[in-house]
Amino acid sequence: MLTEYAFWFLSFLAVFSALTMVVTKNPVYSVLSLILTFFAIAGHYFLMNAQFLAAVHIIVYAGAIMVLFLYVIMMLNLNKFEDEKKSLFMNSLSVIAGCILGFVLLAVVKRTDELTIVAKASSAEVGLVENLGNALYKDYLLPFEMASVLFLAAMVGAVYLSKKEMV
Amino acid sequence: MEKLVSLIPLFPLVGFLYITFFGKGLSKNLIGGIGSGAIFLSFIVSIAVFTTQLHGGNPTTVKVLDWITAGTFDIDIAFIVDPLSTIYLLFITGVGFLIHVYSIGYMHDDEGFNRFIAYLNFFVFFMLILVLGDSYVTMFVGWEGVGLCSFMLIGFWYKDMKNNDAAKKAFIINRIGDLGLIIGMCIIFFQTGSLKYDELYISGSEASSLQGWHLHAAAIFLFIGAMGKSAQIPLHTWLPDAMAGPTPVSALIHAATMVTAGIYMVARSSDLFSASDIASDVVTYVGILTAILGATIALTQNDIKKVLAYSTVSQLGLMFVALGLGAYSIAVFHVITHAFFKALLFLGSGSVIHGMGGEQDIRRMGGLKKYMPTTHITFLIGTIAIAGIPPLAGFFSKDQIIAVAFENNILIFVLASLVSALTAFYMFRLYYLTFHGKFRGTHDQEHHLHESPKVMTIPLVVLAGLSIVGGFIGFPHAVGHSVHFPHWLDHFLEKTVVMPFMEADVATESILMIVATVIALVSTYFAYNMYKKNEELALEDDEIESSTHLTLVNKYYIDELYDKIIRKPVDQLSAFIGKFIEPNVVDGLVKQVSAIPQGIGAATKLVQNGKMVMYILAMIIGLIVLLITLI
Amino acid sequence: MMEILPNVTINHYLMLSVALFTIGAFGILFRRNAIIMFMCVELMLNAVNLTLVAFSKLWGGTDAQVFVFFIMVVAAAEVAVGLAILMMLYRNMHTTSTDVLDKLKW
Repeated sequence: MLTEYAFWFLSFLAVFSALTMVVTKNPVYSVLSLILTFFAIAGHYFLMNAQFLAAVHIIVYAGAIMVLFLYVIMMLNLNKFEDEKKSLFMNSLSVIAGCILGFVLLAVVKRTDELTIVAKASSAEVGLVENLGNALYKDYLLPFEMASVLFLAAMVGAVYLSKKEMV
Repeated sequence: MEKLVSLIPLFPLVGFLYITFFGKGLSKNLIGGIGSGAIFLSFIVSIAVFTTQLHGGNPTTVKVLDWITAGTFDIDIAFIVDPLSTIYLLFITGVGFLIHVYSIGYMHDDEGFNRFIAYLNFFVFFMLILVLGDSYVTMFVGWEGVGLCSFMLIGFWYKDMKNNDAAKKAFIINRIGDLGLIIGMCIIFFQTGSLKYDELYISGSEASSLQGWHLHAAAIFLFIGAMGKSAQIPLHTWLPDAMAGPTPVSALIHAATMVTAGIYMVARSSDLFSASDIASDVVTYVGILTAILGATIALTQNDIKKVLAYSTVSQLGLMFVALGLGAYSIAVFHVITHAFFKALLFLGSGSVIHGMGGEQDIRRMGGLKKYMPTTHITFLIGTIAIAGIPPLAGFFSKDQIIAVAFENNILIFVLASLVSALTAFYMFRLYYLTFHGKFRGTHDQEHHLHESPKVMTIPLVVLAGLSIVGGFIGFPHAVGHSVHFPHWLDHFLEKTVVMPFMEADVATESILMIVATVIALVSTYFAYNMYKKNEELALEDDEIESSTHLTLVNKYYIDELYDKIIRKPVDQLSAFIGKFIEPNVVDGLVKQVSAIPQGIGAATKLVQNGKMVMYILAMIIGLIVLLITLI
Repeated sequence: MMEILPNVTINHYLMLSVALFTIGAFGILFRRNAIIMFMCVELMLNAVNLTLVAFSKLWGGTDAQVFVFFIMVVAAAEVAVGLAILMMLYRNMHTTSTDVLDKLKW
């Protein structure tokens, strides 16, 4: 019972703050509402017994990525209202396109009702660090190591791009 | 011994390459020595090869390289050794050598000396290829090569635009003839499958498979090629203009050797021509027309080289008359004697021009006898030889042409005799105006008058000697038979060319000889009377009143006629095409074609407008479409 | 039904995911500020992550969660490079508006 309420609450929070993020004009508010969305999603992870992912999610997204966004906005001094020149045509076009996309996606989801998939009895231990760690370091060792190389490359690229002498 | 034949063209080629690539720092005498030496070596080898044929050697071909092998079409670079080619070799290398030596003196002060000697060597190389080639294809290589060298040498003093125009004219008119030659070769090849002389004429007589109009067409088209090279009507106009080149060139190329290539080709194809009566008639009438035209124009020309040039045209016409009447060996005989005395006359005129400091107008000369004794004597010998006064070379060859004409066609006989008379007249006119009377040039020219150096006069003397004795290689048949002096050349050539059927007896032949001599002497007397005794001088251009005279001075207005009926319409057609067809049809079509992709591009580039939103929108639309297919 | 929580089926999670994804896509189309657009992309990635975790819950496997993990890795790397590019763009063009940044054309 409690989990059902939690689900609805978190879902509402996520959608609402996501909409705020898109609509608000101040970039700093956008960042803050996106952080709120991420927290709501992290709550969902908790509900689904993915505790490790929830923790990582908060650390990576809220703690690192969004701070990076904030930092860039601060550095670029973008925390004012930005005058976005938008045409009515493009606005209506984007609304229509968004609506159609949502509608089509819903239609796709709707078809899952017709499928008869029997859910397995899920164990509560799936999302624990031990199980995830086993999967990551045994079955997915190579992609894991590759990820570290990807990070190195991203770091080099970021540093190189940010150099002042670059034209 | 015959194997040596491949050395003959090699020497001039090596000479040409050496002078072109390594001749820069060398002295002029050394360059001249190399050039003449190369030809002299060829001459020595030619004598050796000639001797084998003289002692009854059979005609052979010496293969040097494979050239073209395509299916049944098989052409080698191979040289033919037979009486016709060896006798041509002899006088090409012999006269060529003398003219090379002469050039050392004549061109000594010219800045292009090296280039000149190199070109002359190159010319001799191609001329030898022309004569030695064992097939029409190989001959064609030499044929085009001598045309190229002729072009380069006519335009040798390229700084004067007039010379370049003359060179171009020679080249273009020769192209017309070459087209005829190519067509003739094609007809022969498609009908017989071969272009080699020995397959065509000697061993299998493949030429006999040419029948009917194929035969006539092949012969006539070959003759059109010969018309271009040997300056016959209507393709003769380039030869007088070719006198723009240095005088040794006029002597070697435009009198002694290259222009006789047409004669060589027809003589080589004598089986073909003797089988086609139509082609033979064409050859005869074109020849006699050319002979008369050349002789009449020569009467009024005042440029010493122009007179000789038209005389050459006229003599070539006579040679073709002989060819057309089937007397191939006599045509070759006249080629040889003509090479001697015409080279002599041209070199003599070069000596005169050299002494006069470049002046070529005989109205500005006169009385050169006492300033240039050697030149005078040798020029006189050449004049007597060409006029046909016995016993010099020209008499025998020309007399035999007239004799053949007498036996075949009385009209041709009359016209040929007329040409002979005219020849004697205009040559003595030239001689008297140049060497007798008072000097009519400027005082400055008179002061500088001098005999040419030894290097120039010695070739003159040698050629004069040849002009005197050269005629005895072809002593008349019947008379010769009665005095046991055989017609050596006929016996020598009978292996390769078709022999005329001569039935004249001693009496006829003797009478003809006497008639020819009298004609020559009478017109000589007229010339003597007009130009020596009365010193009746040639008129200045603007004093001419008689319309006949004017027509002759203007060379029958043939150049003007060509200008009107060929050049002008072509120019107008080109202008029309350039103005209307090119911009509207050709360009229009291209522009229409290019408009299609341009239009498509203009329409589609609107999609690529650089707005990120549009790209994302397109992506999302794509996503939507993809998902719709899933539903 | 395919419940993964009491009274919550997989469809509920998919709906939530669709909502978040659509908001993200709409945001990209609607906004011109490159940084906000970037954040919308992050939102869309998270919508996908959510479905993956929901399916993991449904099937009871760890693989889906490992995928989520890797998606986070890639997203972090992408943000690092992307923001560096934005910084440089701003330094040269003095704007992050995609209306101005329209040189990528013919």
